[in-house]
Amino acid sequence: MARKANAISPFNITALALGMAFLYLPIVILVIYSFNDSRLVTVWGGWSLRWYREFFNDRAMLDAAWMSLRVAAVSATIATLLGTLAAVGLVRGERFRGRSLFSGMLYAPLVMPEVISGLSLLLLFVALNAERGFWTVTIAHTTLTMCFVTVVVQSRLASLDRSLEEAAMDLGCDPVQAFLRVTLPLIVPAIAAGWMLAFTLSLDDVVIASFTTGPGSATLPIRIYSEVRLGVKPEINAICTMVIALIAVTIVLASLASKLSSSEAKSAAPL
Amino acid sequence: MTEESPDIGRPNIDVSAAPAEAAADMPLLRIEGVSKNFGAFRAVDRLSLDIRAGEFFALLGPSGCGKTTLLRMLAGFETPDEGRILLSGRDIAPVLPYERPVNMMFQNYALFPHLSVRDNIAFGLKRAGMARAAIDTRVAEMVALVRLDGMEKRKPDQLSGGQRQRVALARSLARRPKVLLLDEPLAALDKKLRESTQLELMELQGRLGMTFIIVTHDQEEAMTMANRIGVMDAGRLEQVATPRDLYEAPASRWVAEFVGDVNLFDGEVTSHEHQRLTVATRDGGAIVVAAPRQPVTKSLVTVAIRPEKVKLSRRGPASDADNSQAINRLEGVVTDVGYLGGSTVYKVKLDSGAMVRSSVANTARLDRDTYSVGQRVVAWFTPDDCVVLEQ
Repeated sequence: MARKANAISPFNITALALGMAFLYLPIVILVIYSFNDSRLVTVWGGWSLRWYREFFNDRAMLDAAWMSLRVAAVSATIATLLGTLAAVGLVRGERFRGRSLFSGMLYAPLVMPEVISGLSLLLLFVALNAERGFWTVTIAHTTLTMCFVTVVVQSRLASLDRSLEEAAMDLGCDPVQAFLRVTLPLIVPAIAAGWMLAFTLSLDDVVIASFTTGPGSATLPIRIYSEVRLGVKPEINAICTMVIALIAVTIVLASLASKLSSSEAKSAAPL
Repeated sequence: MTEESPDIGRPNIDVSAAPAEAAADMPLLRIEGVSKNFGAFRAVDRLSLDIRAGEFFALLGPSGCGKTTLLRMLAGFETPDEGRILLSGRDIAPVLPYERPVNMMFQNYALFPHLSVRDNIAFGLKRAGMARAAIDTRVAEMVALVRLDGMEKRKPDQLSGGQRQRVALARSLARRPKVLLLDEPLAALDKKLRESTQLELMELQGRLGMTFIIVTHDQEEAMTMANRIGVMDAGRLEQVATPRDLYEAPASRWVAEFVGDVNLFDGEVTSHEHQRLTVATRDGGAIVVAAPRQPVTKSLVTVAIRPEKVKLSRRGPASDADNSQAINRLEGVVTDVGYLGGSTVYKVKLDSGAMVRSSVANTARLDRDTYSVGQRVVAWFTPDDCVVLEQ
C-alpha cells in the first residue's frame, strides 16, 4: 500500500488549523497584548514588560495571587490525601454494603453545577457560623477537587494486579508494609497527577470561591473578575499570561506523570 | 492390571533441614477435611490429603475445580471454613501468610515492576531481617541457580517471558521455604520453552530436595513433573496416584476421561470365572476383561480401554490358542485417519454404530501396514488392557 490511510490531506490541515485557531487564538492574542506598551487594551503601542512591572507593584493583586496559590496548594494537598484514601478504600477495601453507591456518588461533584455546590457550601458555613476566609475557600475547593483525585488514583489502582500485594505478603510484608513498599510506589505518578489536577482546578475556580470567601481574602480569579467589571486594564493580560504559563506547566507535568504511571502498569503485566 | 505398582519418577528425597518431621510418622503437610465456600459455591469440599517432604506433587483439574483455592489456603490468602491444615504437625490456620514458611510462585509472576531483578529476589530476604552481606550472597546464589547472571540490574519490563518466570522462581525460592507452591507456573510460556522449563524445574526440585506443590490444568505437565498427582473435580479429590497408576488404573470414569484419551463401553457383568469377567456391552458385545483387585460390587460397569492398546488388523489375530488368552474382537470400518507424526489415530465405526479410537505408533518410516478410510478392520485388545469401572 503506497498511500497510508491516515495521510494528511489539505482538508485535514485546514480543519486542524481552524480548530486550533478557534481554541488558541484568543489566548495568543491575550499573551501578545500582555506585552503591549499602550495604556489602552485595544491599541498596539509596541513591546514592553511594563504591565508585568505594574503587577509586581500592585499590592492588592499580589495579595490575591498569594492567597490563590496558598488555597490551591493546601486544598490540593488535603484533597490528594483524602482522595487517595477514598480510592484505596473503594478499590482495595472489603466489599461493604453501599460500595457501588459510594463509587457512584464520587462522580456527583464532577457534574454538579458549581453554583449549586458553592451555594450549598455557603449555607453550610453560614449555618455553622464559620468566619469566611482562607479556610472556608480551602475546604470548599477540597470538596470540589477530591473526587477528581479519587477518579485518577482509582483507575490506576484498578489496573494494578492484586497479586502484587499478595506476593509482597507472601514474601513477609504485613498488609501495611505491602501497601507502602509495593502499592504506593506504583501509584505515586497517579497521586502526583491528581495533586496537579486539583491544584489547577482550585487556581481556576471563581464561582465556588466567590460564594465561600470573605472580605479581605479574595482569590486571584475573583480579583481579576471584579477589576474587569470596571474596565480591562492591560495589567490583567499580564496576570492572565502568567496564570496560563503556570497551569500549562502543571498540566504537562501531570500528563507526564500519568504517562509514566501507565507505562509502569504495562510492565506489571505478565508478558 | 498394574499389579506391580511400578516405581516411576524420581525417588523421594528427604529434606535434611527437617529431621524432626522426617523421624516422626507425620507427613510434612496434612490437609484434614478442608472446605471453603464462596457464598453458595463450595469451592473445596471436605478435602483430605497428605504430602510428604521432598515430594513433587501436582494438583490437576479443570478450571474451577478448586485447585487454586486449595493452593491459596496453603499460602494463607484464603482461610478454610472447615478442617485443618497441618505443616510439620502444627496447625497453620492462625499463621498469617507473611509468617508461613511457605512461598508461592504466582501464575502471572507478580514481579514488582518498580524493582530490579536483584531487588525483586532480595525483597523477601530484607523483610526477614537478613544481614546485608548474607542477602548479597543469597541473591548471587539464586541468580546463578536460575541462570540470570548479568541481568541483576534490569527491571521486569526489560526481560523476556522466560526470564521473568525465572526471576519469579528465584524470588519464591530465596527464603528457602519448606514448601513451594506453584500456580500454573508455565502457563504463559510457549510450548518449547515450557518443555525445557519443566525439566529445569524437576532438576531444581531434585537438587534442592524441597517440597513442590504445583497447580496445573495441563495433564502432560503434571505427568512429566510430578511424583504424585491429585486429580480434582468440583472441590473433591477424585484420585491421588502416581502418573502411571492414574493413566493405567483410573479410579473412576471421570478420571479415565479427564486423563488422556479413552474408549468406554457401558455394560453389565454376566459371568466371573478364572480371574476373568465377562461384560455384556451395548456397543461392543461381550467383552472379556481381567478382574480388578477390588472385587466389583455392582453389576453395571464401564469397560475402559486406552486407544494405544486397541490394535488393528485386517483379519484379526490368528487364534486365541496362540497366546492362550481370550481376545476381544470388534469389527468395523475405518472412518477417519489422523496422522500425528509419532502416531496415527484411526477412528473405527463398529457394526453396532459405536466409535472406537485406535492409536498406532509409527515405528517405521516406510510403513506399508496402514489402513485407509472405508477399509474393513478388526479392532482387538487383550483382557489385561481393559479397566473395569463401576458406574
